[in-house]
Amino acid sequence: MQSANVNRLTPYLFLAPAALIMAVALLYPIGYMIYASFLDWNPSQRIGEADFVGLRNYVNLLSDAAFLESFWVTIKFAAIVVSVEMFIGVGLALLLDRNIRGMSLLRTLFILPMMIAPIVVGLMWRYMYHPTVGIFNRTLKSLGFETVPWLSDGSWAFASVVIADVWQWTPFIFILSLAALQSLPQSAMEASRIDGATGWQQIIHIKLPLMMPVLIVTLLLRLIDAFKVLEVILVLTNGGPGLSTEILSLRISRTASEFRELGEAAAMSNFLLILLMLLTFGMFFYNKAVEVRAARLRAAAEED
Amino acid sequence: MSDKTYDKQNPAFYALLVALVVMAVGPIAMMLMTSFKLNVDIMSDTSSLIFMPTLRNYETALCDFLWYEAAHVDYCDKTFGRALVNSLIISLVSTVLTLVIGCMAAYALVRFRFMGRDTVSLSTLAMRMVPPAVLLVPVFGIWTFQFQIDGTRAGIILVYVAMNLPFVIWILQSFIVQVPIQLEEAARMDGAGPFQVFFLVVLPLIKPGLAAAAIFTFRVAWNEFLLANALADRNSRTVPVTIVNSMTEFDIDWGVIMATGMLLAIPPIIFTFVASRQIITGMTAGAVKG
Repeated sequence: MQSANVNRLTPYLFLAPAALIMAVALLYPIGYMIYASFLDWNPSQRIGEADFVGLRNYVNLLSDAAFLESFWVTIKFAAIVVSVEMFIGVGLALLLDRNIRGMSLLRTLFILPMMIAPIVVGLMWRYMYHPTVGIFNRTLKSLGFETVPWLSDGSWAFASVVIADVWQWTPFIFILSLAALQSLPQSAMEASRIDGATGWQQIIHIKLPLMMPVLIVTLLLRLIDAFKVLEVILVLTNGGPGLSTEILSLRISRTASEFRELGEAAAMSNFLLILLMLLTFGMFFYNKAVEVRAARLRAAAEED
Repeated sequence: MSDKTYDKQNPAFYALLVALVVMAVGPIAMMLMTSFKLNVDIMSDTSSLIFMPTLRNYETALCDFLWYEAAHVDYCDKTFGRALVNSLIISLVSTVLTLVIGCMAAYALVRFRFMGRDTVSLSTLAMRMVPPAVLLVPVFGIWTFQFQIDGTRAGIILVYVAMNLPFVIWILQSFIVQVPIQLEEAARMDGAGPFQVFFLVVLPLIKPGLAAAAIFTFRVAWNEFLLANALADRNSRTVPVTIVNSMTEFDIDWGVIMATGMLLAIPPIIFTFVASRQIITGMTAGAVKG
């Protein structure tokens, strides 16, 4: 009798610490943030002392040119970075999916950029972009070209930030697509080879469609992370020059710490969260829809 | 399988491989090199490959751990040494806590199936979606005014554990599912209680999963900047926070800052070389297996 009781309680005992910590330090703060976005609140006040201002923070944001600019920069950054990384990463995976010596060492070296602290990645790139001692400008100069204002000109700074992110995260897509390629059914490859498909035809008609589910998940994960990038840009440009590289995360942290507008920062966080949520659910339902369609096609094929 | 025979490739292919490796590792190598240079060498116009390597930058950064008196350090700035100790404590404690708590939760979710796996996957994804920047305002407010644990290591550890739990539970789940239930039933027949089954039967079998989860958790805690910056005071600052603080000053001491950056990068680099297989497993577990 007693042991039955213990058995019934066990799952809850096992789950309780995790549930407690996530409730206290994850769900509660998010709820708190949603509440705070309706307040006029600065860091020296307790939350109870802050005035309730309804939707004012949100309305302010929509007419705040700096916020809209950084919103646009975020979208642009995520779109460019993810498409470039997907293109190079998947391309390299298709190219390097061969039985060669040293592949595992290559993969190990490729993981390094992702494992190192984003702060350090920013540091390395800031050194390389340095106007006089950085390797890029040194090389350009010794070859007799004009030096480039990597971090001090708006559009160059944006490009520099994109390059650093591509360096850091292309390996992620490469490794996931390589894993997907290597788990493809060999029978499909062989069948197509017997039917006389060329390398390109194989890639376009067989490999890519079969990899698609993994590619979509990869894209989703990378896109979510692209919206979270902060440290590299903070170290490289701190959002400048002007607002040219000020992505939303950076704007939030500056609004909170420099402008001391916690309510407004919370409203911005909400915007970012809603954006990411739409993205996640959009992808999730797209995935489900594809699955349902595939199941229906399969059922139809079996009926024939 | 033809594991031991390799296909012959044309030379252009190997040239591409070399180029890729140089691109991936080059910036890291450059940081390592710069950390051994004097500022005179960094700023000089001559070729950057020929210089006298020196440990001075590391001596400056780590001055309070030296057992000898470094001649060139006239004033020992203890900021970095203290931050290194903080970083180590915070990352290690939060990794251990996350693993223990996450492991128990994952086990309960798999074995006692009172919630669908889909629910868990979706909520893990939802949690992964939350950027640290979004947690910044509420965590700062709550930690300062309600829990009053701002400026302590415990406060930072609490956020890191909460941030890492969803991912760790998710990863460990996929490993626990593969443990044959017969093993556990046999142990129970022999009179083991639920806790004994968990600690003596299940845990040893999911070691690879634990390794992957440990590396990922440690990495997040070791590398994180934003929340640590908001929560830490002078005595609980972590290494990333001190690095950013010394960056914003007008005159950057490149040699020393590269040495500190290198020290921050060393643990993740070691993990990568020791356990790249586990890292790749952890990275692909979610996406490829679905």
